[in-house]
Amino acid sequence: MTARVGIVLFPGSNRDIDAANALRIAGAEPVVLWHESVDLDGVTGILIPGGFAYGDYLRAGVIARFSPVMRAVAEFAEAGGPVLGICNGFQVLAEARLVPGALLRNRGLRFVCREVSLLPEHLDTPFTREVGERRPLRMPVAHGEGCYYADDATLDALERDGGVLWRYANPDGTVAGPDDPGNPNGSLRGIAGVRNAAGNVAGLMPHPETAVEAVLGSDDGLGIIRSLAVSAAEYAATGRVSGTRALAGGAA
Amino acid sequence: MSDQPAYRFAVNVTPKPGILDPQGRAVEKSLPHLGIAGVSGVRVGRRVELTVQAVDAAAARDVVERLASELLSNPLMERYEVEALA
Repeated sequence: MTARVGIVLFPGSNRDIDAANALRIAGAEPVVLWHESVDLDGVTGILIPGGFAYGDYLRAGVIARFSPVMRAVAEFAEAGGPVLGICNGFQVLAEARLVPGALLRNRGLRFVCREVSLLPEHLDTPFTREVGERRPLRMPVAHGEGCYYADDATLDALERDGGVLWRYANPDGTVAGPDDPGNPNGSLRGIAGVRNAAGNVAGLMPHPETAVEAVLGSDDGLGIIRSLAVSAAEYAATGRVSGTRALAGGAA
Repeated sequence: MSDQPAYRFAVNVTPKPGILDPQGRAVEKSLPHLGIAGVSGVRVGRRVELTVQAVDAAAARDVVERLASELLSNPLMERYEVEALA
């Protein structure tokens, strides 16, 4: 069954076409969801793409957080539906408190656009289930505010509960700490992507959707997009997603 | 549009203590080029000025507090102070 996966489109989103392309390659049907819409058009998965939503004014992602579509996305997330935010989409989810932590200005102050190496931490989640074995994945980053930050207690809890899904890796395959060459932005503990406590909402700064075909330089991102597609299909068929847990009250 | 009195505020948003502030660090590093010594602890934030119409000053400040905590600052990484302007 082909899953219908919504792509949230804000004024300033610019990776939506890449996201749609990646979803098609992954076997899903992309459905554009306009930022002023409160109707999710029956999708069973959501991808919030990269870009500069609302110009990234004030803080990256914060204005987008208050758009009508995000209320619907929050309800969808609360009900257990799979949601993946990429780059600016991760920033939107963090500002909306749908995933823990915040994205600060890159430690080097510059916008960084280059390929990174990414280590998936768990392979049984809605966003990594199709990745295959645990090996470094090559894909690009392109952002100015990608330095993952949370206080120590939150970081410890994330690591304990399996909330860290991806970390930046050094060329030798070790996790890239804030000052290591493999870490493009100074992210604490090398964290490139996390998920919420329930496990059904995740965000990452690198761009798997632009690494889905060999002709693009890497197809290492396809496993992540395919994971979302498979999770959306599962959610459509069964009303739940493997690798998530229901929480009392449904809070993130 | 409202005949309620208007109150002018500023909201000063700064990085929380302990949060790395690369902008502040860059400013600090540039000071020797100006021949300035003895300056430390530079933190770069933002200031938002706004006018609120409300029944009284307390009600206006409540609006600003909500705006400051929910939109103008992210409590995970920033703190804010509300300042009443004349």
